[in-house]
Amino acid sequence: MRSYTPKDDVQKKSYYTDRYWVAPQVPKSDVSEDAVFAADHAELRAHFEILEAYIQRDQMVVYIHPKDNYAVLEFLRDHCGYTQLSELSAIDWIAQRGGFEVFYQMLSMTKRKRIRVKCFIGENEAINSVEKLFRSADWSEREMYDMFGIKVNNHPFLKRILMPDDWEGFPLRKTYPLQGDEFAAWYEVDRIFGKEARDIIGPEIRDAARVDRYDTERFARLGYEVPKGTPFDPNQPKTSLAYQEEGGVFLIEGFDEEKSTIISDRKR
Amino acid sequence: MAQHQVNYLKDGGLPVALTSIDKVVNWGRSNSLWALTYGLACCGIEMMASGASRYDFDRFGTIFRASPRQADVMIVAGTLTKKHAEFIRRLYDQMTEPKWVISMGSCANTGGMFNTYATVQGVDRVIPVDLYLPGCAPRPESLQYAVMMLQKKIRSEKAIKAQKPKRLM
Ligand code: SF4
Repeated sequence: MRSYTPKDDVQKKSYYTDRYWVAPQVPKSDVSEDAVFAADHAELRAHFEILEAYIQRDQMVVYIHPKDNYAVLEFLRDHCGYTQLSELSAIDWIAQRGGFEVFYQMLSMTKRKRIRVKCFIGENEAINSVEKLFRSADWSEREMYDMFGIKVNNHPFLKRILMPDDWEGFPLRKTYPLQGDEFAAWYEVDRIFGKEARDIIGPEIRDAARVDRYDTERFARLGYEVPKGTPFDPNQPKTSLAYQEEGGVFLIEGFDEEKSTIISDRKR
Repeated sequence: MAQHQVNYLKDGGLPVALTSIDKVVNWGRSNSLWALTYGLACCGIEMMASGASRYDFDRFGTIFRASPRQADVMIVAGTLTKKHAEFIRRLYDQMTEPKWVISMGSCANTGGMFNTYATVQGVDRVIPVDLYLPGCAPRPESLQYAVMMLQKKIRSEKAIKAQKPKRLM
């Protein structure tokens, strides 16, 4: 657990000092160390060019050429028993290597093994769809397109899946700002009221933790509510909880805090 | 007695009678606040709990309706995403006047902890809000308190006012 540091000045400076902490690499071992993986690897290598292969955390990772992805997955499914595609997505390496790493996480129920097939594509390159092999790839590939902007060839319905259809930008790219670009910041205003409403509605207020106790108009403490516009008074007495006007409401019984019992023993 | 002739029915005379009507109408309105089910995230669970037997919203006359045409108050319970913003606006517009909005929880008030590209930073950017209820999530008791406060607010309003729709702009 992260050690406790006072967070009173949270608005002033960043208190996450370990934000750019780089996790140590999990050790890799050779494919030959596991008999099942070694056999799969040998079969794969007989048919396709394997760029790199190793075992990490009991899973075999295989790097292939992106043009082979459909054939490799088909081969793994039909000949090696990896009948499930449990996950498919991409990793943004644009800054370091100018492209994306697309990975396919495969599961074999008979062998009780998992294989991760990886390939690297350039920023503007497309990849073949594997939707014909695994139905689960349909939405995953749409999500990959939505989040990273990776075009998928031969996909039956390549359309954004999470973000709105008219969204601009690809949110999971490292270059996409967490709080959104200008398009994202004004999206709902532009969409509902039109661009000319921007001046009236104003920019987003991102400091959600801001509480101004001197601003009694917009901030009220429960039990210390004051009428609108009353100046702040530090010695203000606690007002008893009342939700009815003086004199009560016809037919509705008023709640009187004095007369009520506060149960402190939960097991009573 | 007025020296001149007053058309009581037309000119909005009869002050005593009118305040009584105000009271009667507002009494009816405030005690039959039908809420639109609008659970968007975890706050929705608390809203459902408020409606269920332990906290029992029905005794306030607050019954959840699944149609905006039958609802008077929209309890926005949860995180409003930018994709959903246009639909909340549409549902709000479909509600009949008079209508009120309770913004429940930090997410609906300010975007809460979701300081991201995909979350609307407060529903008041999209629809006019009458009552902000803080908490993450507010307990059902808080929601009850909010509904009582809204009832109080309704009772202080004029019942027969010019039906000017509330608008952000
Ligand atoms: S305010 Fe908290 S409980 Fe409510 S929707 Fe947001 S995160 Fe969930």
